[in-house]
This record gives sequence, structure tokens and C-alpha cells, in this order.
Amino acid sequence: MSFFARFAQNRGALVGLIILLMIIAMAILAPLLFPESPWRMVQRPFLPPLSQDGFPLGTDTMGRNVAAGLMHGAWVSLLIGLVSTSVALLIGVPLGAIAGYYGGLIDDILMRFTEFFQTIPNFALAIVLVAIMQPSVTSIVLAIALVSWPPVARLVRAEFMSLRNREYVEAARLVGQTNTTIILRQILPNTLSPIIVLASLMVATAILLESSLSFLGLGDPNVMSWGYMIGAARTVIRQAWWLSFFPGVAILLTVLALNLVGEGLDDALNPKLSRER
Amino acid sequence: MSDIATETVLSIRQLSVALPKGADRALAVEDVSYDVKRGEIMCVVGESGSGKSMAANTVMGLLPKGVRPVQGEVIFEGQNLITLTEKQHRALRGLKIGMIFQEPMTALNPLMRVGAQIAEVFEAHGKLTPKQRQARALELLIEVGIPQPEKAISAYPFELSGGQRQRVVIAMALALEPVLLIADEPTTALDVTTQAQILELIRDLQRRRGMAVMFITHDFGVVAEIANRVCVMRHGQIVEIGEASEVLGNPQNEYTQALIAAIPSNAVPPHREANTTTPLLDIKRLNKVFRSRGGWFKPSREVRALDDVSLTLARGETVGIVGGSGSGKSTLGRCVVRLEHPDDGELLLDGVNLSQLKGDALRRERHRVQMIFQDPYASLNPRTRVGMAIAQGPIANGTPKAQALKQAGELLDMVGLGASSVERYPHEFSGGQRQRIGIARALALNPELIVADEAVSALDVSIQAQVLELLEELKQRLSLSLLFITHDLRVAAQICDRIVVMQHGRIVEQGSAEQIFLHPREAYTRSLLEAIPGRSASVAATA
Repeated sequence: MSFFARFAQNRGALVGLIILLMIIAMAILAPLLFPESPWRMVQRPFLPPLSQDGFPLGTDTMGRNVAAGLMHGAWVSLLIGLVSTSVALLIGVPLGAIAGYYGGLIDDILMRFTEFFQTIPNFALAIVLVAIMQPSVTSIVLAIALVSWPPVARLVRAEFMSLRNREYVEAARLVGQTNTTIILRQILPNTLSPIIVLASLMVATAILLESSLSFLGLGDPNVMSWGYMIGAARTVIRQAWWLSFFPGVAILLTVLALNLVGEGLDDALNPKLSRER
Repeated sequence: MSDIATETVLSIRQLSVALPKGADRALAVEDVSYDVKRGEIMCVVGESGSGKSMAANTVMGLLPKGVRPVQGEVIFEGQNLITLTEKQHRALRGLKIGMIFQEPMTALNPLMRVGAQIAEVFEAHGKLTPKQRQARALELLIEVGIPQPEKAISAYPFELSGGQRQRVVIAMALALEPVLLIADEPTTALDVTTQAQILELIRDLQRRRGMAVMFITHDFGVVAEIANRVCVMRHGQIVEIGEASEVLGNPQNEYTQALIAAIPSNAVPPHREANTTTPLLDIKRLNKVFRSRGGWFKPSREVRALDDVSLTLARGETVGIVGGSGSGKSTLGRCVVRLEHPDDGELLLDGVNLSQLKGDALRRERHRVQMIFQDPYASLNPRTRVGMAIAQGPIANGTPKAQALKQAGELLDMVGLGASSVERYPHEFSGGQRQRIGIARALALNPELIVADEAVSALDVSIQAQVLELLEELKQRLSLSLLFITHDLRVAAQICDRIVVMQHGRIVEQGSAEQIFLHPREAYTRSLLEAIPGRSASVAATA
């Protein structure tokens, strides 16, 4: 059975994938459908949804097109979620793997280092980092990655600790495999399931974290993001519900889709589950 | 009470139990009928997957989800148990029917004192006052023969040994004086000497109380030891049923005959010797102490796993290391393959001292000593294809990948699995097949010495015999030297030239297999020999 067929056996994962593809399509099509900058004021402010042709989701406090903002924002939100999660995994997985596999002094040093990051509240650290580096897409991605890797390291460490004394790992050691090979070929593939689940949640958290940063006015001033849209609409939530509702739904759907896809990936990557079903 | 032996306690009639869709067969148990009578021990024997436990679970109303009886009845005291509601069933469990489980550690609540757990049985059925419950618990502990029962009653399960825990489980099952006792592989998790004691206890209690016992096991040795009547099952069906002496002494069915023939024989092993006397492995005064780090308020603990162990093994020789749990036999094996670092002593393999090698130097020598692991399920990486699992060793030692995979195919062929298995994942194989894969992996590096740590203990008897045969054949063909670690003297007798008996980290006795069996010098060796289940029965049969 092909990888995709195994993946598609999980209905939820398929739905998630479709939603995700639609969001990606939105991001790609945005410049074609709305060639103008989403920041441009194009109509009178507070236009409710469906009240005028060309503005299906209405306009915001400054008369900007909400539909255009939503589509342009998809790109930034997805980019920030995926890139910051990848960076966090790149830091957390090797650290956790080394700490869990070798144990002892190495483990102590690496874990104290990890705890140093964990003692500072995530969000506070992210705010400080963005404020120091000046708000831009790069600095936001970096800040989110730096605050979200410790849980990855701890998870991977725990998995490695429980797997490193399995008989098949001992067998690999016996045939003379190097530590690097054992870590990469024997143990890491068996830790993939929890890592994938955690990563799909982290993408979601990253999108939300970016929203929170933009909400506080620490977003990149040059790009439209869903978080910024919600943040800007907070003062008028009672007069113009649609300004925060549509970007909110977009975030919700993205997060949901990512979780479903993560679960499907986990099923498809597990050779045992895939053949028994 | 006049004719005790004929009163039927439990009667199973044409019982069929269906498995959920997608299982490997439609019915777990098919058209099974048997009786269990007062004052007898009925043994239900079969290999894994034979459905032997399913009938017992139906009686207890403890069938797994999705598994349900579809035909027949189970009559206990005039009631059909299949039609009972969950609530009625619960009232019966413990009160009229007691059950002993396989794994005493998981059958007990680790956070509850032993006395409280026994008292809980009375509480569940609303009997006695709390004070009386404690008193009864103590009486029961005395009855099942726990040493220092006054202390044991306030102990936690982890403070007791495996055999003592199983005694507690038995005490709980007996608490309300059930009419029927169901024992599901109660001695499988115990070592030989403890097993003999528990079997004796069950037999003794059964006689004293006149209970009916339904005893489920896979071990014909145990059957010979304890059964009045035997029911042999295979693929969910009864293949043979009858008096124990008849089924064991004169089996009619082919399958039963094969199973009995597959029991590692108790006959004295033939005299055999290694072809050479050139020493391959020379162990000199090896020591290993395990220390658990103490905390602020607890002292550190020391366990002497190996105490001045010296041993030689000639090229082409098979040496068996035999001992109960905690004897240090596994630690010795793990030191030889250097998964464990010995504290001091020498480990000379053909003149090279392996005991002090480290890092890359050790890694380069590793291919010379390989290991076959105990658990065929845990020793293969679930995400690695079988061919790759075998080829990994040669690849790590510099063989090109394509060539290593080709060799893996040849090795799989040699252990009788067919070269096409290369592309499959471990979970597609049965336990016995996986153990063959483990053997192929150990052979891939052309080792000079193979350490087999309880390599057949986790397998069914007939599979065990096949794997032992394969090992023997490979040994002849490739002139291997083997260090065979086992708790089972019967298995050791089948394959070993020499046997080394260990206890508390020390070598108690060593000699040829023949000598150990016929003229054991040490008391411990004799107790191991006497504990072999079914020994007296078959000795009587051969005499």
C-alpha cells in the first residue's frame, strides 16, 4: 500500500489535508485575486459582509477589504507557523536525543540549559525578544522558535531514555553500529509518532502566538496577518463582529487541519497499524 | 458429599466464542464441551492462540471487548453463566469462583498493602467487620505459607518476591472459599524452584478444601505434575480429553503426541564433548557489583551480580549457564558481549582482553561475539525491515549495502524463513519466526562466539524444540561456540556439552551435562533438578 493510501485511510486526516490545501491555495491566489495591497483603504469603513459587490466580508475600521486581508494573511500565518516549528524541532530534537541517549553529565548540562528557558514564561520571553530585535517576520519566527523548543527537547529526551535500553538497541550496539547511527536509525524513527503530534500542535500554537504578538502591536508592520486583524478589531467587536470573526475562524480551521494531518501522518508512518487495519 | 469425585461443578456445553471481525479466525473457541468436577484438577493445555484461556474468561465473564459467546452454555450451580447480567456475574466472582492470574505483580495493586488487598475481597461482597477481615487475611496468609505472615500482611507487593506475590494472589482467590478455582498460567512467570512450590501449594489446598480447579497452562511438565484430567486444545477446538495418565501415557491424537514429544526430555543427556580443547573464551575472576544511588534518607544498595566468576569455553563447545532468577547468569552473558562493563577481572577471547576495551576499539571487536536475545518481540526494531535488521551489522563493519542485503537473504534462507522475508516488517512474523530472525542477525557477522540469553524461554514448546534443533544444526554446520543461558535445566540438557550452575553471582557447580544430571554434587543443583515439573512422572514412566 502506498504511503498516501495509508494516510487516506484516516478520514479525518483527509479532511484536514483538504482544508490545509485550501488555505495554501488562498495564500498563493491572494496576489492574483486581490492585486492591491491589503493595507489600502478602498471603501467606506464598517461595511458589513455581503452588503456590496467586491467586498464579500465587508471592510474594517479604516475601510480596508477584509477578504483581501484574510487571503494575504494566510501566507504570513502559515509561514510563521511552519518555519518556527521547524526551527524549534531543529533545536529541540538533537538536544533531547543527545541528552536522553548519553545520560549522565551530558544530560544534566543540557537539561539545566533547557530548564533555564522553561523558567521564563513563553509569551513574556517572546515579547522581549521581538521588542529587542525589532518586529519583522524573521524576528517573530526566531522568537517563537526560541520559546517553543524546550518541550520538544524534554519529550524527545524522555522517549530516548525509555528506548535506549530496548533489546533492539542493544542488538544494534552489539553489531558495532556507531552511536550516531543508533540514534538516527534505531531510536529516532521510533520517536516519530509523539514528535509529529507535538509538532502539529506547535504549528498551531505558533500561529496563535504570532496573533498575540500582532494583537499587542508587535507584528511586522509591513505584512497583514490574521493576528493583526483580530488585534485591530478588538476595540470595535460589538459594532463590527465580522472583523474579528472571520480571521478567528481561519485560525481555528488551520489549527484543526494541522492536528488532523498530524494524526494521519502518525498513523501512516507506523508500519504496524497500517497493515493491521 | 458421598461421591466427591463425580459431582460436576462446572459444565461447559458446546461453547463457541466469536472473535471480532478481522481477527485471524472467526471463532476463538469452537464447539467446546468439558466438565470440571469437585475435588479434581482439570488442566486445559494448549499453545498460544489455542483459545485455552477464552473458555475460562467466559466463565468469569471477563471476555475482552468485541469477543462474545455465540453458542452453547456454561452451567455453574444450575445457572447458565452466559445469560447472566454483569451485576449477577460480579456477585459470583470471588464468592463462588476464584481466579489466579499469570503475572502476580500486575494482578496486585502496587500502592496497597497486602492485608488491605485481601480484606478488600470481603469488603466487595459485604462480608465480616473490618477487624475480622484483617484477622481472616492473616489466617489466609498463613494458609498459603508466606514466611513471616505478620510482617507480610503490612507489606507492599514490591517488597515480596515473585513466589510470595503469587501466594498472596492465591490467598485472595481463596478468601471466600470458592467452589471453583480458575488458575490461568499461574506459574509461567516464576522460576523453576518457585514454580514447584506453588504447584504443590495449589494441589495441597485443592485436596484440603475439595475444590474444583481449572488449571490453564502451556507446559506439559506442569500437567504431568498436577492434573487429574487433561483437555488438549488447538485452534479453538478440543483435540483430546481424558484422564491425565491416559493422555500423557498413551496419547491418541497426533498433535498431543507431537506436543508431548516436544517437551524437552528429562532423559539423561547423552555424553558429548567438544571437538577441540583449544580455549576460545577464558573468563578470569570476573566481578560486577550493581549499586543503586542512595537518596538523602535512604542508604545506597549494593548487589553482587558476579562474584569471582571464572570459566573457560573451548572452540566449538556449548556451555550452558543455569540458575534461578537473580543468580547473575544474565549479567555474565551481558558482560561477555560487553553490554555491561565488568568491574574487574579478565575476559580473554582468543587472547584479546575484551573486558577493558572502550569506545571505538571495543566497537571494532564487537563482531566477534554476538547475542541472541530473550524476547523475540522486543529484540527487533518495529520500524526496520527484517533484511535491513540483519544487514545492519555487516554494513556497520564496512560491507557495501547491496551485498549485505543479499547476504541477509541467504541467512534468512538458512534459518528457514525464505529470502523473500527481507522486505517484511517484524510484526508480520510469529514469535518463533522472529527468534529465527534474531539468530540470522547474530550469524550475519560470522561471530566466533554466540551468547544465547534465554533464547527459547518465551516460545511455545513445539516452537522451542524447532529453534533448538536449528541452533544445533547451525552449530554443527558453522562450528560455532555457544554460551547458552537458561533457567530451564531440561533445555540446557538438550543442547549443552557442559553445564555451569550459578547461584547468587557465584558458580556453584560445573561439569558435563551428563554428570550434572546423574551425579549432582551440590544441594542447589539437586533442588533445581527436583523442581523440574513432570520429572517424577516421566521417570516413573521410563522405569
